[in-house]
Amino acid sequence: MTRKRRRLTILLLALLSLGTATALVLSAFDDNLVFFYSPTKLKAAELPPERLVRVGGLVLPGSVEKGPGSRVAFAITDNAAEVAVVYEGILPDLFREGQGVVAQGRLEPGGRFRAVEVLAKHDENYMPPEVAEALKESGEWRPAEGSDPKAGYATQ
Amino acid sequence: MSDLARPPAGSALHRFASPARFLRLAGSLQPWLAGGTLLCLGVGLYLALFGSPADYQQGETVRIMYVHVPAAWMALFVYLCIALASASLLVWRHPLAGLVAKASAPLGAAFTFLALATGSLWGKPMWGTWWEWDGRMTSVLILFFLYLGLIALTNAFESPERGQRASAVLALVGVVNLPIIKFSVDWWNTLHQPASVMRLDGPTIDPSMLWPLLIMAAGFTFYYLWVMLLRVRGELVEARLRALQRLETEGR
Repeated sequence: MTRKRRRLTILLLALLSLGTATALVLSAFDDNLVFFYSPTKLKAAELPPERLVRVGGLVLPGSVEKGPGSRVAFAITDNAAEVAVVYEGILPDLFREGQGVVAQGRLEPGGRFRAVEVLAKHDENYMPPEVAEALKESGEWRPAEGSDPKAGYATQ
Repeated sequence: MSDLARPPAGSALHRFASPARFLRLAGSLQPWLAGGTLLCLGVGLYLALFGSPADYQQGETVRIMYVHVPAAWMALFVYLCIALASASLLVWRHPLAGLVAKASAPLGAAFTFLALATGSLWGKPMWGTWWEWDGRMTSVLILFFLYLGLIALTNAFESPERGQRASAVLALVGVVNLPIIKFSVDWWNTLHQPASVMRLDGPTIDPSMLWPLLIMAAGFTFYYLWVMLLRVRGELVEARLRALQRLETEGR
């Protein structure tokens, strides 16, 4: 084996072990790396009530109640479970029924989630408004985050 | 050019043989890369700002994408180039590889900073936050720090060769971050959206927006190659200058 050959072998072996080590560490930390819980996961996690967590999913259509004042109540769903959320404050522009959102706050003893911050997600679909309209008219419209499991809510 | 390197000995001539060829090649490529950069960025920016539609969901804000996404792609691509150059420096001791890595690091850092900054500006109106510690953003921030570490380490040694070899090791260690960045949006729940272009089932972005994006990406790539070659040429000239100065003081 020439010296170049040996250096190449050492390099590849080093990269392989480094990659394996990283993969093991990441999978060990998996639960601590999630940015938010889905409603299903949140219920299964049984977190202490004082713990600040994020819950993400779709705003359940028909669940949004505004008022009094800047108070908003809505439900976040992952199409399997849902969690009721109350929030006081300004909502992002993209917030609407059916939209992906991430709420940060605490789970109250009654099972209601009191949010201190609500962030909107947007999906990976980009198109002009006319194309979106045409898709809706032809019935080809897939509300991306609801029906597409790859968008990630149902899988996690 | 090569007559400058003749005085020392046959070995020095041999060492400069490949760089001399590189200099000629780089010199002839330069105008094409510069032209490609200006053309693509000019056409791309016009299409991005005026010639493409607003998004059905995000409105005019979507135009940030035409800078943000190419910058983020380049942040990864430049790191990949540095990693390949580092491997070729450590394994085959290629004399130019260290210079390519050294010349690329500040460019990669600039692209990464641009991606982070435009992402932050985009995040505020769309998500409602400038910054969140989600998987994608955190891993790209680590990439930015890796670039800064590479720049610092390359310049931390008295001898340029030792600096280049030390930072080559760091660059190869940092390679594990690249798949983490790419797949962070698939592995974990993130605020950041999943991939729109580089995905197995084809782009989920309308052609009227995809083309301006790809032209911008081509412009960014030309810019990187252009400025990287320019910087490597500068490094080579500097190395030759150092060698001549050494001859001046020792030889006479």
